[in-house]
Amino acid sequence: MTNMLEIRWHGRGGQGAKTAALLLAEAAAAAGKHVQAFPEYGPERMGAPVVSYNRISDTPITLHSAVLSPGYVAVLDPTFIGSIDFTAGMPENGALLVNTDTPALQLRERLGLQNDSIKVYTIDATGISEANIGRPIPNTSMLGAMVAVAQVMELDDLLQDTERRLEKKFHDRPRLIQGNLAAITQAYKEVECR
Amino acid sequence: MALQEKLTKTAALTGNEAAAQAMRQIHPDVVAAYPITPQTEIVQLYSTFVNDGIVHTEYVAVESEHSALSATIGAAAAGARSMTATSSNGLAYMWEMLYIAAGLRLPIVMPVVNRALSGPINIHCDHSDTMGARDAGWIQIYSENAQEMYDNLIQAVRIAENPDIMLPVMVTMDGFIISHGMENVELLPDRAVEEFIGEYRYPYALLDIENPRTIGPLTLQDFYFEHKRAQADAVVKAKTVILKVGEEYGQLTDRSYELIESYRMEDAEYALVVLGSTAGTAKYVIDELRQDGEKYGLVKIRVCRPFPAVRLGEVLSRVTAVGVMDRADSFSGEGGPIFAEVRAALYGVSHRPHCINYIYGLGGRDIGPDLIRSAALDIKSLKDGSESDSLVRYLGVRE
Amino acid sequence: MTESSQTKNLLKDHVIIDKAIEPNAGWRDLPIGAVIPKGGTSRQFTTGDWRTIRPVWSPEKCIHCHRCWLYCPDMCWVSEDKKIQGVDLTNCKGCGICANVCPTKVHAIEMHPEDTKTEHTAGED
Ligand code: SF4
Ligand code: SF4
Repeated sequence: MTNMLEIRWHGRGGQGAKTAALLLAEAAAAAGKHVQAFPEYGPERMGAPVVSYNRISDTPITLHSAVLSPGYVAVLDPTFIGSIDFTAGMPENGALLVNTDTPALQLRERLGLQNDSIKVYTIDATGISEANIGRPIPNTSMLGAMVAVAQVMELDDLLQDTERRLEKKFHDRPRLIQGNLAAITQAYKEVECR
Repeated sequence: MALQEKLTKTAALTGNEAAAQAMRQIHPDVVAAYPITPQTEIVQLYSTFVNDGIVHTEYVAVESEHSALSATIGAAAAGARSMTATSSNGLAYMWEMLYIAAGLRLPIVMPVVNRALSGPINIHCDHSDTMGARDAGWIQIYSENAQEMYDNLIQAVRIAENPDIMLPVMVTMDGFIISHGMENVELLPDRAVEEFIGEYRYPYALLDIENPRTIGPLTLQDFYFEHKRAQADAVVKAKTVILKVGEEYGQLTDRSYELIESYRMEDAEYALVVLGSTAGTAKYVIDELRQDGEKYGLVKIRVCRPFPAVRLGEVLSRVTAVGVMDRADSFSGEGGPIFAEVRAALYGVSHRPHCINYIYGLGGRDIGPDLIRSAALDIKSLKDGSESDSLVRYLGVRE
Repeated sequence: MTESSQTKNLLKDHVIIDKAIEPNAGWRDLPIGAVIPKGGTSRQFTTGDWRTIRPVWSPEKCIHCHRCWLYCPDMCWVSEDKKIQGVDLTNCKGCGICANVCPTKVHAIEMHPEDTKTEHTAGED
């Protein structure tokens, strides 16, 4: 119970918040963790704000209720800043990970965070994805950053599992696979904290 | 499709994916289905298996749930192992055929993804759909999580097709909460499932042209009663068969199953009775209460038809008070369906605990540890004479 | 899915009832699901007592076209060596179809009320 990670992902319909949660769950499960990934279902429209969740634990998870106080929150879309309270329900010492090219300290000020105990991490996931994959789809970069921030698993395990998974899906597109792995690695290493 | 990749022993699957995998391994001769949220993914995945040649099932895309079950009934009577799947209003639309499948004693296995009945229209979880169908003559098995959904579906085939039973079985999981939530699921090798379920053996197959038969004839005052009596007998016998199959499945997987699951009931003074995914959340609450030194336990009803009244009586007669949680209202003015049946089960026991009803989670309303904890603590206030208070309480509704 | 010897073997756990169903059979002795386990069981169900009018056949007029034989819903007409021998009224409901299909010019079948005694019926009712 005590070692359970709870993560909330904020994104826009079509942006991959649901996929990011599913990918993280699959990778963590492959690394021997007990996992949950579930989206919050509302009206599904491209561009509308969507939320999805993870629970990750070393012991079986029996909870089947909403995640109300996630220790980790990931924001896939910087345009949310100012319109959504990402920190809702976050406990003391929670960690917020935002996809933005704004430096963490500056973002912290922009968000006007009341709670000093919440750590703010930033990563330019869109930029990293564009550079490595050639497309502005930030979810694998965010996955890499989140695994680093929440210390879900070793980078090597994440890369191995993601490679295995992508190989089955994109066996005819090795560059896409390598690009995603490079994006994960870069995001894992570059994520910045304030 | 991605699912085929995941056929390692343990996988992270959604409840719908787990159900589709169980169906793939059961490999029925015929699947006739119509999509409805949140069940759609099951039959969509299954149709992909058919299209990709992974299974050799005759897939019948029908135009409604009434037709889906009708076609499944026809196929089962013809001598084919047949399945369908549905949710909510789809199940309601099958109503007429539900009773026919059971009355004709056709061992159809049907995943049902629990979703609130309209109206007002809603796509999220409650048990109003299957609770309404509990007297249709089907065996009903409720699953707590994706693993149980998978396990229960495989066991359901053996239960349904047992020569002493020959009844249809619906296996349920909570809509979205389980159907769309990804969890760790352990899958059996295909071969193991094939061996466990064996071959379909319908003794009066219509397509046996050397032995012409009539299925579904008119019976009036002369025979109808005898057939219903035989059907009632099969339901009683099902209890033993379900236990036997659950035990055998345990030898195969280390996960054995009974009619109910008792959780920390050994020395419990207070108990919650729950079914479906909420049982998992309630276990978490029981653990917390136990840490605080409170003697709470949980009884999860896995099999709702046949109703495990004797087992419930045995387990619950030892406690002071019981909170029965219903994710459906019966609109009898006397609480939910499970409350009525649990209370009836307690009527015959020598020490009768206080019993109170919590109706919760209608239309997918979240039921978290805090709410369950508040209900659990509320039970303690029950004492002699409190039967005059309202015994039906609505948990998590805005006043 | 026909019952080859192999599938028959697989059915061994099932109690297969394929004898005629006794009118007073108890619930344990009936095939499951109200299945009628044999074909042609409607022969056990005599419909002759439904009849209020009966077909009366004139062999001398009959041209043995067999239309009555073909159309009778209860297969009452008896044919031997391509010749109509008469009508067996055991299952005759008195529907009059035979009289109706008998060619108009021939008019070999007439429907008479049950209470009048008429000859020329081959079977006993
Ligand atoms: S009256 Fe009807 S049932 Fe009787 S012999 Fe003629 S056709 Fe057949
Ligand atoms: S239909 Fe008339 S003519 Fe023809 S066989 Fe029958 S009785 Fe004779």
